[in-house]
Amino acid sequence: MSEHIVHPRVYLTIFLALMLGTGLTVLAAFRDFPGPLNAIVALTIAVVKATLVILYFMHVRYSSRLIWLIIGSALFWLAILFALTISDYWTRTWLPPL
Amino acid sequence: MICLEAGYRPPLNRKRTTLTEGLTHEPTTHRALQHHFENMEQQREAGTLGMWVFLVTELMFFGGLFLAYTIYRYQYPAAFATASNHLDIRLGGVNTVVLIVSSFTMAMAVFSTQLGRRRNSVIYLLLTIVLGMTFLGIKAVEYHDKYVDSLIPGQLIPGRPFNPAVAKPGDTDPHKLHLVEGANVRNVELFYWIYFAMTGLHALHMIIGIGLLIVLTIMAGRGRFGPEYHAPVEISGLYWHFVDIIWIFLFPLLYLLGRHLEGHLG
Repeated sequence: MSEHIVHPRVYLTIFLALMLGTGLTVLAAFRDFPGPLNAIVALTIAVVKATLVILYFMHVRYSSRLIWLIIGSALFWLAILFALTISDYWTRTWLPPL
Repeated sequence: MICLEAGYRPPLNRKRTTLTEGLTHEPTTHRALQHHFENMEQQREAGTLGMWVFLVTELMFFGGLFLAYTIYRYQYPAAFATASNHLDIRLGGVNTVVLIVSSFTMAMAVFSTQLGRRRNSVIYLLLTIVLGMTFLGIKAVEYHDKYVDSLIPGQLIPGRPFNPAVAKPGDTDPHKLHLVEGANVRNVELFYWIYFAMTGLHALHMIIGIGLLIVLTIMAGRGRFGPEYHAPVEISGLYWHFVDIIWIFLFPLLYLLGRHLEGHLG
């Protein structure tokens, strides 16, 4: 498999999308959305931005499946770290203190 | 033996090595090719794979810090909003833009090197270094602001313990803490522990990245890279973009998530 060279036009598009995302996240931060929606909006924008960087700036879209596997396993382990720890803190108050 | 019966044929002797030559390369192979790799392509892919594995370990320890942030923000939302609102959103925002631009110039440096445009690679690498240093400069200004307001947690700075002034209702002094309803100053300090740990580690990564870029610029200037060999630029690019991604998450989490509570001052 030979190397894929990404055209500068793609880099420029991604760069503009990242700037747009930064602007949006700042604007959204000053609006008072109901419940936890502020955090959800901010994190969604951050995840989209990170995905663009990974796929295009880091060439993962054009990389071998092995690289996809490595990244997937990283996210999987990160999910374990968060899910188990948060489930502990979240459920601590469910039982009355002894 | 089973293999032989099944029609297995051992791989043919490789072109570029013979028993008498030992592990020497044909004169046509690139001088950067290490002896344990078959060709430049394999060497480049192995390097990229290794870098990704390293970045996974990086993600794991940053992940622990992100988790600590999540837990304590969930437990002390008012204190975290108070502390977050005290950060300078303009400096943080400018730094976000600076880092994104630097990721773009880094990507362009990789592109120029892939095409063997030596002058352009040096220019883009230098631009990336300048942008990285701009980021660190702005970060230093922010750290100094926190020092002036006695917001460095614990006793990290001798003679300047964590001791911020708290604003009374109606007081708009930006150097004082404006407590969101229900906030406790001790938990504001907790936010600043996490803030300095995460941004400090991030800044350390930037410093290492700038060091790598300086070496790359010198190598590129000497014409060490070209279409066949540019793995160091590409791999350092991966590292640089990774550090950018960490900041993409740090900026909203540290600077933005308390802003909508500014109207709910206690």
